[in-house]
Amino acid sequence: MLKSDHLVEISNMSFRHENGKLVFKDVDIIIPRGKVTAIMGPSGTGKTTLLRLIGGQLMPASGKVTVAGESIHQLSHKKLYQLRKRMGMLFQQGGLFTHLNVYENVAFPLREHTQLSESMIHTLVLMKLQMVGLRGALHLMPNELSGGMARRVALARAIALDPELIMYDEPFTGQDPISMGVLVKLVKTLNKSLNLTSIIVSHDVQETLQIADYVYVIVDKKVVGHGTPAAITQDGSRELQQFIKGLPDGPVPFDYPAAPLVQDFLRGEEA
Amino acid sequence: MIARLALAGHAGIETLRQFGKAGILFYEVLFYPPNLRKGFPLVVQQVYAEGVLSLLIIVVSSLFIGMVLALQGYHTLAKFGASQELGPLVALSVVRELGPVVTAILFAGRAGSAVTAEIGLMKATEQLSSMEMMAVDPIRRVIAPRFWGGFISMPLLTIIFNAMAIYGAYLVGVKWLGVDAGIFWSNMQSSVEFHADVVNGILKSIVFGVAVTWIAVFQGYIAVPTSAGIASATTRTVVYGSLAVLGLDFVLTAMMIGEW
Repeated sequence: MLKSDHLVEISNMSFRHENGKLVFKDVDIIIPRGKVTAIMGPSGTGKTTLLRLIGGQLMPASGKVTVAGESIHQLSHKKLYQLRKRMGMLFQQGGLFTHLNVYENVAFPLREHTQLSESMIHTLVLMKLQMVGLRGALHLMPNELSGGMARRVALARAIALDPELIMYDEPFTGQDPISMGVLVKLVKTLNKSLNLTSIIVSHDVQETLQIADYVYVIVDKKVVGHGTPAAITQDGSRELQQFIKGLPDGPVPFDYPAAPLVQDFLRGEEA
Repeated sequence: MIARLALAGHAGIETLRQFGKAGILFYEVLFYPPNLRKGFPLVVQQVYAEGVLSLLIIVVSSLFIGMVLALQGYHTLAKFGASQELGPLVALSVVRELGPVVTAILFAGRAGSAVTAEIGLMKATEQLSSMEMMAVDPIRRVIAPRFWGGFISMPLLTIIFNAMAIYGAYLVGVKWLGVDAGIFWSNMQSSVEFHADVVNGILKSIVFGVAVTWIAVFQGYIAVPTSAGIASATTRTVVYGSLAVLGLDFVLTAMMIGEW
């Protein structure tokens, strides 16, 4: 694959939270242009953190994150914001502006970054809302929307400027079966019709494997496997199999690290 | 012992970090102003939210403060046969001290807490993050307009406070207690100096405006994004804001009367 075919390259990257907790250790990830890449892993592995690192909101402890050929953490404030105009991100909670209605939320990036006329903005907003099936909800305020609807509005807003790269943070969580089906299809269609590059962070294995072209699985600070969905499903690694099949026992612990149970009980008696 | 020392050191470093962060935020607000076409309407909105909506509490409190001041002042002055000095007493205490200080403390409680809570909630609901990812700088779009809105509102509210408090004193002193209106106003006019009293009072209110709104936006911006975090950030705004106003008032008064 040519180097220019990679929209995002993460090489040898480690990240540590402010509280000192290590989240990633020497992670290498390549996001190919024009494809849907899924990043999967159990809760708490830092999948959202990874998206924030790609968006330049967090600083890695070491290593490099390159987006569209630019090392994102070395860019000036101005250049970083220029680059972000080419990205869209769908947040887990939607992140809609609560003082603006659905229409104004979707129109927000257009008003901020373009000089388009009001009628043009109107047309574009309606088109984006039509894509997510919420054209009729344009006068509603965010507090009148259900969680699933709010996320669809946020998706319409994220694609308002027709970005090159779109990052979805848990897009399928909390969706009813119909919205889930529509969303899965929508992510795929958007990627194809707008020639986007999509990164989906999710732990909904079945839905994600359906639409992803390439999958990375992160467990315990490292990438434990990557490949096409078919290759991932057939991979012999115990960590991968445990995650994909949802098995309680295996190398990936379900319990948060703790002292032995007996010790904790005895401590209670002493107290 | 060592553990306690380490704890004290840690707390000290943390406090310095907070000051550093507050300084950086202040610098960004001052030196990266929003562009005029987009920023002006946002600042006007904030002048409305922070200034106009604070009018009720400012007008009502100033009226009562002026009335109480006249009532107390009249009875004390009357003992010395100096009740004609009621006008200067009220005007000087309001214009020099009570106006700027009480307005700033009320402003911290009414508008400062609202600004902190709003910014904190925007942070907790990922609105600030999503704005950043849409390539819109939240410092220019959210923080700076709120800061400038407070900065503009505070001196205006202080002027209104001063006028209403003096009117309250007039109602009690002249209309109720029978001080002669001509004496009330003319003594006030001859005792109050425009520069030394009125302008210095307004200068104080500008400094208080900067301090209170800076504290309010900073506390909102660094609030822990949980309900308890936002509650404590709001409380800190009111407490730190009020203390900063009282402390700064002493420093400014010392500077203005030339003792420093």
